[in-house]
Amino acid sequence: MLVFIINRLIQAAGAVVVMSMLVFIGLYLIGDPTAMLVSPEANDLERAAVRQAFGLDQPIWMQYLTFVGNAVRGDFGRSFLTGQPAMQLILERMPATIEMVVVAIGFAVLVGVPLGMLAGLRPKAASTKAVMTVSILGFSLPTFWIGLMLIMFFSVYLGLLPASGRGSTVNVAGVSLSVLTPDGWRHLILPALTLGLAKAALIIRVTRAATREVLPMDYIKFARAKGVRPRRVVGVHLLRNILIPIVTVTGLEFGQAVAFAVVTETVFAWPGMGKLLIDSIIILDRPVVVAYLVLMVFFLIMLNLVVDILYMAIDPTAREKVRDQ
Amino acid sequence: MIPTDNARAQDAGSLLSIKGLKTYFATRAGVVKAVDGVDIELAKGEILGLVGESGSGKSITGFSILGLIDPPGRIVSGSMSYNGKDLTALDEEGWRQLRGGDIAMIFQDPSMTLNPVLRIDAQMIEAMQAHANVGPAQAYARAREVLVMVGIPSPDERLRSYPHELSGGMRQRIAIAIALMNKPGLIIADEPTTALDVSIQGQIIHEIKKLCRQVGTALIWVTHDLAVVAGLADRIAVMYAGRIVELGTAEEIIENPRHPYTKGLIESVPSRSTRGSRLHQIPGMTPSLLNLPQGCAFRERCAYAVSACGDEPLNTVEAGGRTYRCWNPLGGPRP
Ligand SMILES: Nc1ncnc2c1ncn2[C@@H]1O[C@H](COP(=O)(O)OP(=O)(O)OP(=O)(O)O)[C@@H](O)[C@H]1O
Ligand SMILES: [Mg+2]
Repeated sequence: MLVFIINRLIQAAGAVVVMSMLVFIGLYLIGDPTAMLVSPEANDLERAAVRQAFGLDQPIWMQYLTFVGNAVRGDFGRSFLTGQPAMQLILERMPATIEMVVVAIGFAVLVGVPLGMLAGLRPKAASTKAVMTVSILGFSLPTFWIGLMLIMFFSVYLGLLPASGRGSTVNVAGVSLSVLTPDGWRHLILPALTLGLAKAALIIRVTRAATREVLPMDYIKFARAKGVRPRRVVGVHLLRNILIPIVTVTGLEFGQAVAFAVVTETVFAWPGMGKLLIDSIIILDRPVVVAYLVLMVFFLIMLNLVVDILYMAIDPTAREKVRDQ
Repeated sequence: MIPTDNARAQDAGSLLSIKGLKTYFATRAGVVKAVDGVDIELAKGEILGLVGESGSGKSITGFSILGLIDPPGRIVSGSMSYNGKDLTALDEEGWRQLRGGDIAMIFQDPSMTLNPVLRIDAQMIEAMQAHANVGPAQAYARAREVLVMVGIPSPDERLRSYPHELSGGMRQRIAIAIALMNKPGLIIADEPTTALDVSIQGQIIHEIKKLCRQVGTALIWVTHDLAVVAGLADRIAVMYAGRIVELGTAEEIIENPRHPYTKGLIESVPSRSTRGSRLHQIPGMTPSLLNLPQGCAFRERCAYAVSACGDEPLNTVEAGGRTYRCWNPLGGPRP
C-alpha cells in the first residue's frame, strides 16, 4: 500500500516536471511579456532594465533552471501583473472554486445515481425516456447557455437568487467559505447548479449503462433466488457493483471541474481560480500560469490516488492487485 | 432401494405439483415457447432428474417454479402448487418468501453466482435474514454449520473470504450451503457440476444426495448428462423442445427407454461397455422453438418416425405412472 502511494508520488513529480517544461516553452513561443511589464512610453533602456530584473534576457533553458531552483524551495515567482507571490494568488482563489465544484458534483451524484439506477431498472418506463431525453440536453447544451438561462429565470424573472459573486463568507482556518452562511448558499446555488446539471446528465448515463450491464448477471438472479428483499438486491448487490464506473467518472469530472471551472466562474463572476487562469494566460503572466498548472497536476494526481483508494474499498480484486505489486 | 415413485408419492405426500406449465418469451422474431405444457409431480424427499439437450427448456422450467422469469418471458398458463400452496396466486412478497425459504436454487456456473464484491459471510447471512428474524450472530452460526455440512474445512476463514479467493469447487459448495441455509423442502440444482472438474463433480453429487436423504429435501437435478442422474435420481424426466417427452423411474428410463429421443441420449453417454467404440450422436439439431414442426417435435431427427408422427403425440400413461409422448414407442429391454 505504502509502496503504491510512493509510486504515485514519483509519477506525480515526473508529470510536474514535464508539464512545467511544456508550459514554459509554450508561453515563451506565444509572446513576450515585457510589453505588459513596462509602460508603452518606455524607451529601450528601460525595457532592457525590466527584462533583466525579471530574468527575461536569459535564454529559455536558463530561465527554466532558475524557476526550478526556486520552485523546489517553494517559490514560484511573483505575478508579473500584481507582484504578489503567484502561488499565494492561486491558493487564495482555490477555496471558492473547490467549494462550488464540491456542491456541484455532490448534487450531480445525489441526483444522477438514483435517476440512472431507476432508468436502468425500468428501461421501458415513460419516466426513463423523459430522464434520458433531459440528460442528453444536459450535456449537449453549452454550460454558459444553461447558466444564462438559470440567471434569466431565477435572478431576473423570479428575483429569487443573486446572479453573481460569492456573498458573505466565513473564515475557517484562513480559508473563506460561502457554504457556511445562508447568503453564501444563495450565491452558490446557481453556479453549482449550472455546473452540476451537466455532470448529473453524465452520471445518469454512466449509472444507467452500468446498471443494465450488472442486472443480467447471475449473482443478481442468485440473490433474488435466495429471497433477498428487492431493496437489498438493488441497494447492495447492484449498487456495490456499479459503484466502480461511477467513482471513476465522478473522480474524472471532479478534477476536470476544479481545473477548468472557468466558464461557470465567468458567467457568475465567481472569484475562483478558473477566472484567474484565463486572465493570466491572456496577459502572458507566466509565473501564475506555470504555478497554476503545477498545482493542478499535483491536485489531479492526488485525486487519482483517492479514486484508486476508493476502488480498493469497493472492489476486492483491486485490493489484491495492489497487494501483489 | 427406494420405493417406486407412486408408492413414494402416496407415502410421503405430494410436495410439488405442476400441471400444464407454459412459459413463453415474446421476442422480436416471434414467440419462443421455451416451456410448453410441462407436468411435474414431486413427492417429499424425492430426487428427480430433469434431462435434455441444450435449449430444451430445463432452466426455464426451474426458474418458472421460483417465479424468476423476467420479461420478455412470462408464465402464460398452468398451475403450480407447493405443499398445497397455489404458487400462481402469489404476490411478489409471497414469491420472495418462497425463494430460498421453501425452494432453493443452485446455478450452473459457480464463478458467476456469488457476488464478487461481497464477502461470503455477508452473502450467507443475508440468505438467512431474508427469511428468519434472526441477528447476525445467529445467522453466522448457521452459515458455519452448513459450510461444515457440505464439507468445507476451516469455515471461519472461508466466511471471511471474497469469492475470487476460492476455487470453483469451493464456490459451488458454498452455493449449495446457501441453498441449505433455511432448510428448504426442495432444491432445484441447475447443472451445478457442469463447470467443475470430473473428480469434484462426483464428490459434490455424492454429497448432495447424502444431504438430501439425511434432511429429507426433495431435489430437481437439471442436467444434459443422463449419466449424472442415472445413479442419483429416483425418477428421470426427459425434456425435449419445451415438453417432457418421457418420465419414469431411473431404472425404467435407463434400462428400457420408450422414446427414441431417450434412447438417443443414452447411446450418446460414454460408458464402460461402449468405450473405444464410436459414440452415437443424435442426428440433426434441436429445432428452433420459434417454429416447431407440426406434430412430434423430434420427428425429423427420429429413426423410428411413422406417418402418425405428423400429429401431436398424446401423453401415454402406463400402469405404475410411467409416461411417454410417442406414436411409435420402443419396447422390451435394451439388447
Ligand atoms: N430471455 C430469453 N429470450 C428469448 N428466449 C429465451 C430467453 N431465455 C431463454 N430463452 C429460450 O428458451 C429456451 C430454453 O432455454 P433454457 O435456458 O431453459 O434451456 P436449457 O434446457 O436450460 O439449456 P442449457 O442446457 O443450455 O442450459 C432456449 O431455446 C432459449 O433460446
Ligand atoms: Mg440451462
